[in-house]
Amino acid sequence: MHKRVTFDTKLLPYLLLAPQLFVTIAFFIWPSAQAVWQSFVLEDAFGGNTQFLCSGLLADPLGGEAWQRCFRHFDRLLSDPGYWHSARLTLVFSLLVATVGLALALLLAVMADRTLRGATLYKTFLIWPYAVAPAVAGVLFGFMFNPRVGVLAYMLSGLGIEWNHQIDGTQALWLVILAACWNQISYNFIFFLAGLQSIPKSLIEAAAIDGAGPGRRFWTIIFPLLSPTGFFLLVVNIIYAFFGTFGIVDALTQGGPGQATEILVYKVYKDGFRGQDFSGSAAQSTILMMIVIALTVVQFRFIERRVHY
Amino acid sequence: MRTSLLASAAFAALIAALPAHAQKEIQFWHAMGGNLGDTVNQLAEEFNKSQSDYKIVPVYKGSYTETLTAAIAAFRARQNAHPHIVQVFEVGTATMMAAKGAIYPVYQLMADAKEPFDPKAYIGPVYGYYSTTDGKLLSMPFNSSTPVFYWNKEMFAKAGLDPEKPPTTWPELGEMGKKLVASGAKCGFTPQWQTWTMIENLGAWHNQPFATKQNGFGGLDIELKINDALRVKHIQTLADWGKEKVFVYGGREGKSTPMFNAGECAMHIASSGSAAGIQKALGVEKVGIGMMPYWPEFIAKPQNSIIGGATLWVLQGKPKDEYPGVAKFFTFLSKGEVQAKWHQETGYVPITLSAVEITEKSGFYKQFPGREVAVKQLTLNPPTENSKGLRIGNFVQIRDVMDEELESVWSGKKNAKQALDDAVTRGNKLLKDFAAANN
Repeated sequence: MHKRVTFDTKLLPYLLLAPQLFVTIAFFIWPSAQAVWQSFVLEDAFGGNTQFLCSGLLADPLGGEAWQRCFRHFDRLLSDPGYWHSARLTLVFSLLVATVGLALALLLAVMADRTLRGATLYKTFLIWPYAVAPAVAGVLFGFMFNPRVGVLAYMLSGLGIEWNHQIDGTQALWLVILAACWNQISYNFIFFLAGLQSIPKSLIEAAAIDGAGPGRRFWTIIFPLLSPTGFFLLVVNIIYAFFGTFGIVDALTQGGPGQATEILVYKVYKDGFRGQDFSGSAAQSTILMMIVIALTVVQFRFIERRVHY
Repeated sequence: MRTSLLASAAFAALIAALPAHAQKEIQFWHAMGGNLGDTVNQLAEEFNKSQSDYKIVPVYKGSYTETLTAAIAAFRARQNAHPHIVQVFEVGTATMMAAKGAIYPVYQLMADAKEPFDPKAYIGPVYGYYSTTDGKLLSMPFNSSTPVFYWNKEMFAKAGLDPEKPPTTWPELGEMGKKLVASGAKCGFTPQWQTWTMIENLGAWHNQPFATKQNGFGGLDIELKINDALRVKHIQTLADWGKEKVFVYGGREGKSTPMFNAGECAMHIASSGSAAGIQKALGVEKVGIGMMPYWPEFIAKPQNSIIGGATLWVLQGKPKDEYPGVAKFFTFLSKGEVQAKWHQETGYVPITLSAVEITEKSGFYKQFPGREVAVKQLTLNPPTENSKGLRIGNFVQIRDVMDEELESVWSGKKNAKQALDDAVTRGNKLLKDFAAANN
């Protein structure tokens, strides 16, 4: 079935791979390895007085104390209620960002896919927010919802809702979710729209002739045929919620009030670059990397099976 | 053709890189943006003109944390790209001190370079915050400020209060706040940098410890003391006042100041460094600047306030013959006239007593009344071990913890006692981590 291309020399394929390998090693493998190494050493902020924590394992591979020392930074994290709070928060946050973002984008795409006047205009407007960088989106929402001068905060106060996301943690979390979804919807929208347009019209027309209503046509034909797009977007959105939302959180709430919006990726930054606790921050990065690897594997292994290509 | 072009370009670059008389460049990384940055550049230029052996090159590196992180990254890379001098905020003091191989203590630098240096010329709490327990200066004080009390005279008059009489005690402030709110003010009082003003300075002002072992000056294995009677009483009182808008929380760091500037809040405790901005926003005649109130049940007369701001740290690992230039620059910065100029233009407190005299003689304090309060507060009494300063490891995170716990009081989730107890438990853990990583 597959076409096979064979190279005459053994060197050429490696040469062709080299640029990509270089980029991957220099910008992914090397920093990741550094982070892993950093999470097993003890040192001051300037890198002096460095001790490798796992050296005791060689002498005493079964000793509980040596293990505890080796995983000191991880132990410290996992016994910190603040870290668990942050982990739970990230779970809720990314589920909400992914589901709300995907559902709304799908709704908009289905609506914009119909033949109606000005459809191109709608599409253009719907795609625009993606051109806004997350940090800028954060600043925009911060302005609109500013408890003192924000337009939307003012309108909410007219509805009897006292808006102050600088004090109210729940409001802050909703605001961050809202901004994150708004920023990502365009991206999801483009993919859904392209997916919709690649579904053969004949299938839908045939179903319509057989008497299937719009709802039934959507759930039995369009939705299953869209599932590859949907699956791809799910993976991308989860990763976006884990990492890409950093700029929004930083610009809007800096993780506060309290720790109400301190998602894992923000905590990595805060402990590392604000607190100069590089090893603790590296340990968090390592854990975060494991989580995302695991999530992606799970998604490809179990969810992909149910996807119709 | 091409090679000769390259060669000549390289030659030109070499010529450009070689100054006429081998002037040594001293890299100075700082976090002073905007007007402050301009003043820093002026200072460097003045110094560069005053002699010809060294050239100070100031580089703006962003916020305090960004500047510190940049310096740490450059130092760790070991490519000799790190600066000679880096400006570090006061909460980074313990981090810097612990990095023994990385820093060059100022007292030693001055001694090695044989620069004259007199610790007595400096203002007590400014010098003390950055020196060892036996009085040796570790980093050069640069921009220091202290929290002072601001009030809106117009709003005081509207509430039937004497616009020239600020509250001297906290109970008085509460009474005045009620009258102000009754007269239509949206908010009575709001503080800026709440952990610095309402917890750290509150302690020094009442001569109460922030942490054990002389607020951390005496060692690394310390514990927080911020759940004491004074702070519990203070924070709980503020929370209770919050119900009637006598106290309003306006956010972390300097976020509450716009509320005072917009005439929403009638009373404010903020950095003396904010004075210029506040006087500009409301008009010099409308703003009063006075000393912070105190709790008479905890102290008969206030002790002294402590500073915030940043100092200049010298990093190791540069060529030896460049350090005398750093020492000369520090001598220049400590000069009375230079400090007076810095004080008047920025609102930061001067680091030497002679700068205060010069400013007084120039009539500056008459033109801008209240700008002398900061120095008065700092020098109110000789500093005790509770009011000398703070030497706290992982201080950035501990401030975050205190902010978080205070916010849980303002939102009504916890009472003051619970929140401060939790802050102590969480903070002590961070202190333990710091002690373990830096021993």
